Amino acid sequence: MLGLNKKDASLLLIVAVLALCAPFILNPFPEGSALAQFNAGYPDLMQRFVIYGIFAIGFNILFGLTGYLSFGHAAFLGVGSYSAVWVFKLIGMNVLPAIAFSIIVAGLFSLLIGYISLRRSGIYFSILTLAFAQMSFNLAYSVLTPITNGETGLQLTLNDARILGQQATPDGSIPVTNLLPGIEMRQSVQWDVGGWLFTFNTGYYLAAVFLLISFYIAIRIFRSPFGLMLRAVKSNQQRLNYTGLNTRPYTLAAFVISGMYAGLAGGLLASMDPLAGAERMQWTASGEVVIMTILGGAGTLIGPILGAGFIKYFENIFSKINENILHDWFSFLPQGLQDFVVTIVAPFFGEGWSLSMGLMFMAIVIFLPGGLVDGGKRLGKLFRRKSQDDTTPGQTTPAE
Amino acid sequence: MDAIILQTLNGLDKGSAYALIALGLTLIFGTLGVVNFAHGALFMIGAFCAVTVQRVLTLSIITLDPTKTDFLGNPAKIKTPYVEKFFGTDIGAGIIDWSVPIAILFAIPIMIAIGFLMERVLIRHFYNRPHADQILVTFGLAIVLQEVVKHFFGANPIPTPAPEAFAGAIDFGVLIGFDPNQIVYPYWRLIYFLFSMVVIGGVFSFLRFTTFGMVVRAGMADRETVGLLGININKRFTIMFGIAAAVAGLAGVMYAPINSPNFHMGMDFLVLSFVVVVVGGMGSLPGAVLAGFMLGILESYASLNEIKAIIPGIDQIIIYLVAIIILLTRPRGLMGRKGVMEE
Repeated sequence: MLGLNKKDASLLLIVAVLALCAPFILNPFPEGSALAQFNAGYPDLMQRFVIYGIFAIGFNILFGLTGYLSFGHAAFLGVGSYSAVWVFKLIGMNVLPAIAFSIIVAGLFSLLIGYISLRRSGIYFSILTLAFAQMSFNLAYSVLTPITNGETGLQLTLNDARILGQQATPDGSIPVTNLLPGIEMRQSVQWDVGGWLFTFNTGYYLAAVFLLISFYIAIRIFRSPFGLMLRAVKSNQQRLNYTGLNTRPYTLAAFVISGMYAGLAGGLLASMDPLAGAERMQWTASGEVVIMTILGGAGTLIGPILGAGFIKYFENIFSKINENILHDWFSFLPQGLQDFVVTIVAPFFGEGWSLSMGLMFMAIVIFLPGGLVDGGKRLGKLFRRKSQDDTTPGQTTPAE
Repeated sequence: MDAIILQTLNGLDKGSAYALIALGLTLIFGTLGVVNFAHGALFMIGAFCAVTVQRVLTLSIITLDPTKTDFLGNPAKIKTPYVEKFFGTDIGAGIIDWSVPIAILFAIPIMIAIGFLMERVLIRHFYNRPHADQILVTFGLAIVLQEVVKHFFGANPIPTPAPEAFAGAIDFGVLIGFDPNQIVYPYWRLIYFLFSMVVIGGVFSFLRFTTFGMVVRAGMADRETVGLLGININKRFTIMFGIAAAVAGLAGVMYAPINSPNFHMGMDFLVLSFVVVVVGGMGSLPGAVLAGFMLGILESYASLNEIKAIIPGIDQIIIYLVAIIILLTRPRGLMGRKGVMEE
């Protein structure tokens, strides 16, 4: 199917079904029940799942395949957001030109940065990309204020040109982003079934379609001769050079592709909520996508999506949990013990989500360098060995 | 002319901080071959050592004064710090005033202990892993340390004043024949610069003139051979890790009065310090110090209004720009050793 082998096709199908049914899957608990706080099926969060999934898939094409660890990928995401918002300001509120433009601009920007940074490898490459990203971040805050609107962030106003759209809606407010006239990004259909409330959001489904396209392209890249060449760069670049091959065009192509993915993610972020700020480009944001990719499993196909979903889910849920909820959880304990346990546990929730994330990330790097996918694989192997002792272990390679 | 001298002086204190952090980073990299992204966090912990010592010294006993009442009509509470109670008011107040210098004494053992712990528990297991893994795990550690500090001290910067004796500023211009009030430089920044010179000198002479330092230098050049000579080089490298942590911590303690410590100051300095190390040349101690001062001073020149008028925004990006140019033209950095990190 679509030029994929059976395994990849079924993987794509699984992702497609998951993306399609996400409003159901992420809302397993009925509205108003005590567990409803674990629901993640609201549009804002679902959009972030898929958008950061796209970002991580793109990052994985560079890091997972070539082994070049870029610490500046958030710059491309930020550039994508800015260009999308500018399209909204100048052309009109349709998202498709905005997303196309943000992909192109991010691609050009990554071509420039990649061309310079890829002259060096290893830690020097990381530092170079970090330096470029910090430069873009600082510039966006200071000199480029006419373009980026500095600390306030770039926003739509009523005075924007919007030559192909309307400057303001009839009731005098700023128009909203749409796919076609009448299909607005923020539109949602809610479906109430016996206590469960499912929300289907236009913006989410648009982003999900883009996720599927990006995922499909990523599979094709992974399985192509080009992808093989990138893996060769990772395993032994020197040998490739000795055989008379110039690896730079390959790594540069990978860099630009992953930059365009980041631009797509940035454009989508801006389409859902048309504003862009410099903090999207900060190096901690670059660090986040690194964490997502590693957590899920660098170099695997499904890993980055898992990692992005995992991080975004826990970021949202963990930071919502406050001390009262913790007291509820541990209410089965005697009072003194309960207070004690809550005092111990509280720093890891709510505001302390970053702490939990840091610890989790460290644990993954230390004990499970292959990420969640590797963990799943090992678990699968363990079970298979228990059930049927004499099968060959080589056949148990799931989603790569 | 006076503006240039003033900016040079202004660059010195930031340059000192860069140089100290970069020195520690290079020490760790040169000895253990580990890229330590948590080094900025060590700097931050140092600064919070100063905060902690200040807080401990100002711990107060609360007594009620029946002769006075507060606005609610209750007896007024009078806070007397314990040190004032034990040592008398004058000496006690003096001790509190000097809390930052006193913090140095506490910071050294604490930072060395933290360094030991980090090396033994975590870094040790990453010697044979790729550099990317080392970066990632120390990056995670940096996040954790930062969040722990945030949990205990809050997210706001905590003002930590220098001793009153150094509160003023020196009119530096008068000393070299300028008009008064043209080049004014705070005492504490001058002290910071001198202090950093002492620390840097100390580290260099320790490596240069002691047997221990000689062995460490030999180990940096060829670890295996030194090991074969029957010297436990790993133990010495662990100690060097502790020393590197202490250097970063001291830089942090003394920096607390210049910039009120907050939990993300380590991350802010880390990125720049890495740039400094790369510019100086991975593995070169003099290179790190030289590049630290150079970039600190360049940054402060770039914030001159005359230069900003020519190239707007240059003050924000000068360090990165210099780093990019140097990495592309002199890949080994200013004083990099051959064969270090050249895969």
